[in-house]
Amino acid sequence: MSSEAQIVSSEAQTTAGEAPVAAPETKSMSIIVTKGSLDWAYPPFILGTTAAAMGLPVTMFFTFYGLPLLLKKLDLQLTAAGNPAMKMPMMGAHMGLPNLLTAIPGVDAACSKMMKNLMNKKGVASIEDLRELAVEADVRLIACQMTMDLFEYSLDDMIEGPELGGAATYIECATQADINLFI
Amino acid sequence: MADHTLDAKGLNCPLPILKARKALKEVPAGGTLEILATDPGSVADFEAFCRQTGNELVEQSQDDKVYRFLIRRPAA
Repeated sequence: MSSEAQIVSSEAQTTAGEAPVAAPETKSMSIIVTKGSLDWAYPPFILGTTAAAMGLPVTMFFTFYGLPLLLKKLDLQLTAAGNPAMKMPMMGAHMGLPNLLTAIPGVDAACSKMMKNLMNKKGVASIEDLRELAVEADVRLIACQMTMDLFEYSLDDMIEGPELGGAATYIECATQADINLFI
Repeated sequence: MADHTLDAKGLNCPLPILKARKALKEVPAGGTLEILATDPGSVADFEAFCRQTGNELVEQSQDDKVYRFLIRRPAA
């Protein structure tokens, strides 16, 4: 089923007037997306969209805390708690945040806002933009059915495009992919 | 002169590559796309992009902080 989907997807690309990609062989990639905080949302979407841009058929499997990344409205947050490596550039220095302070109401929200401002200033794409580019590039999005049940989501809550699947759906895809990432 | 020009100045990874991929669709087979970028990482990334996709990196230069790439789509 997965290979059929990939063939259909590459045909769709060709008929849409896609630049013919003369790569000697087409590799493919799958990514399991398990985390949904602002910072962790970046690696899967950056790699997924870039691989698709380089001509690879890409499948992203959204499970556990990664699943909400498919919700129509995103309001991604991050926390500095338990993350001593998170240091923001500030007035020429790099500032971290002690764990205790992250427990104060509003601190995580302020950190998230600062990070989004910083990203915007540095020309880093928003997750919303990267996700839209992934959909445009025919990245295959699979929403984990078990997580949908667990956290009580329905496909109506999600953007257009994701299909439902489970572990076997992913494994079948992974056996055919050259690159399999777990993020 | 390139067939198309993409201004990717101020954009960070992976946007210059993603936008270049989109812009290449507007370029006729055998035609060229000029890309202007300020992301220093785009130098290595456009080389890798071209190696992987079969597009040709015809020229690459730098003027102050702006990198210029000229990419040719393969002939049909």
